[in-house]
Amino acid sequence: MDKQEQQSEATTNRAISKRLVLGCGALVHELVALTRQTPELKEAITLQCLPAKLHNTPQLIAGEVEKHLSKNAHKYDDIFVAYGDCGTAGALDAVLEKYNAQRVTGAHCYEFFAGSQAYEDIVEDQLGSFFLTDYLVRNFDRLVVEGLGLDRFPELFDAYFKHYTQMVYLAQTESVELQEMAKAHAESFGLEYKYQFVGINGLSAVTSPAIKSAFQIEVLDSSVQPINAHSPA
Amino acid sequence: MSDNEDFNLNDLDDKELVEQIQDDLYDGLDEEVFEGVQILLGREWDANDVLGDALVGGMKIVGEDFRDGILFVPEVLKCAAAMKGGMGLLRPILADSSIDISLGKFVIGTVKGDIHDIGKNLVGMMLEGAGFEVIDLGINNPVENYLAAIEEHSPVIVGMSALLTTTMPYMGVVIEEIERLGMSNDFHMMVGGAPLNQEFADAIGADAYGRDAARSSEMASNYIEAQRA
Ligand code: B12
Repeated sequence: MDKQEQQSEATTNRAISKRLVLGCGALVHELVALTRQTPELKEAITLQCLPAKLHNTPQLIAGEVEKHLSKNAHKYDDIFVAYGDCGTAGALDAVLEKYNAQRVTGAHCYEFFAGSQAYEDIVEDQLGSFFLTDYLVRNFDRLVVEGLGLDRFPELFDAYFKHYTQMVYLAQTESVELQEMAKAHAESFGLEYKYQFVGINGLSAVTSPAIKSAFQIEVLDSSVQPINAHSPA
Repeated sequence: MSDNEDFNLNDLDDKELVEQIQDDLYDGLDEEVFEGVQILLGREWDANDVLGDALVGGMKIVGEDFRDGILFVPEVLKCAAAMKGGMGLLRPILADSSIDISLGKFVIGTVKGDIHDIGKNLVGMMLEGAGFEVIDLGINNPVENYLAAIEEHSPVIVGMSALLTTTMPYMGVVIEEIERLGMSNDFHMMVGGAPLNQEFADAIGADAYGRDAARSSEMASNYIEAQRA
């Protein structure tokens, strides 16, 4: 048995090690729900989130993640970043590599919640699809309406949404209340409304079995991207 | 403009008026910009100078403050709308002018799969302000659209925009096809969009990467001037 095997054997039998899940603020609800699904992980996972509004300035995401990891990474056995690429065009991945961290596979949350193929199918069918998640439905006025300045300058609507035809709600829960709200958002934008329940499985990698070993990433879930497998060296 | 009711743009001398137009453009005040442009034209200003000094000059400041995080997308859109109004006044005059000041044709479009067009539109406007004839292909352009536009318009520069990390690579597909067809020396290829950088532009074989609208139009003009020299 080589050193790596010995170590992974030892760690799988050992108590669960500590994982830092550093997430986007837009995913807090879902990340909490996931850790609750697996009670034995509650102790093992520390969940911390960066402000969701970083989305509008993706050039700052990698730097903010790095700032956080440089202060906190040493306290954990392994790190999972609950972000997609989110428009950082590889800059986030470069930071993750430095800290041997993983992230959710996919370009952005709409893609990893729906699944790549399903997302592609929707966009292929209608490019003019604007996506909603539970978070965006709840914070629509603040993030979309105010975020894009449509409350102050309603005349800018066309500059943003001229090419859009539908709003697609990729739902994490089956809340009737949120569905009603989403429908109202679509209506207020004059867009067709579509609903698709996708759940939170797209994020399940954050509680993947890799948590059991700080030395070995077991890629059991195809949505986990092993950015850099931990090595015992 | 000012909250002083008596404030009249006509009372300003030329220099003050240009500065006022730039300020009004910055504040996204389309009516005031329109009026200021009218006044300068009434004072027998050359339409090109109005465009360059007042509008393009003002938009450069907007671009810098956007880059520095002082202005945000909605404000930039308001400024762009104000500039568009002013340009609407100038365009027919420029088109009528006997001297051909055109730097040539610039084909620009957002690539296939991408629906973001704010940045592209801004670049298009600044290019027009710099003296290019801009042919805007809109959004979601497959390689065939670029090829058809190249065939039809014989542009001096072709520009592509992408805002999604999933659509950026398609720019490489277009460039590869252009190379395969042996057309890469016929025009200059520029790329841009927030997630891009020089490294990516080099990797896909683009001739130039434009960080923002002002810089892009400057680069494009410099390129043409160097060609003509
Ligand atoms: C405004 C915006 C929108 C608007 C777009 C309106 C429109 N008509 O374009 C709306 C709200 C509609 C929108 C929709 C979506 N968006 Co959006 N959007 C943005 C945002 C906040 C700003 C983009 C922008 O307009 N910037 C302002 C302009 C002036 O800057 P610019 O585009 O960079 O252009 C400048 C330069 O890059 C350069 N340039 C640009 N093009 C060119 C071309 C050439 C030739 C040259 C030389 C230069 C050049 O000059 C320009 C002027 O200075 C970005 C985040 C960001 N800050 O980049 C997200 C962002 C691009 N969007 C994103 C996403 C995910 C989406 C959606 C999927 C969200 C959703 N809920 O559905 C949809 C797209 C749906 C679909 N079917 O594809 C992500 C992409 C993530 C990724 N991995 O790629 C981003 C990065 C946000 C994020 N971090 O999540 N979006």
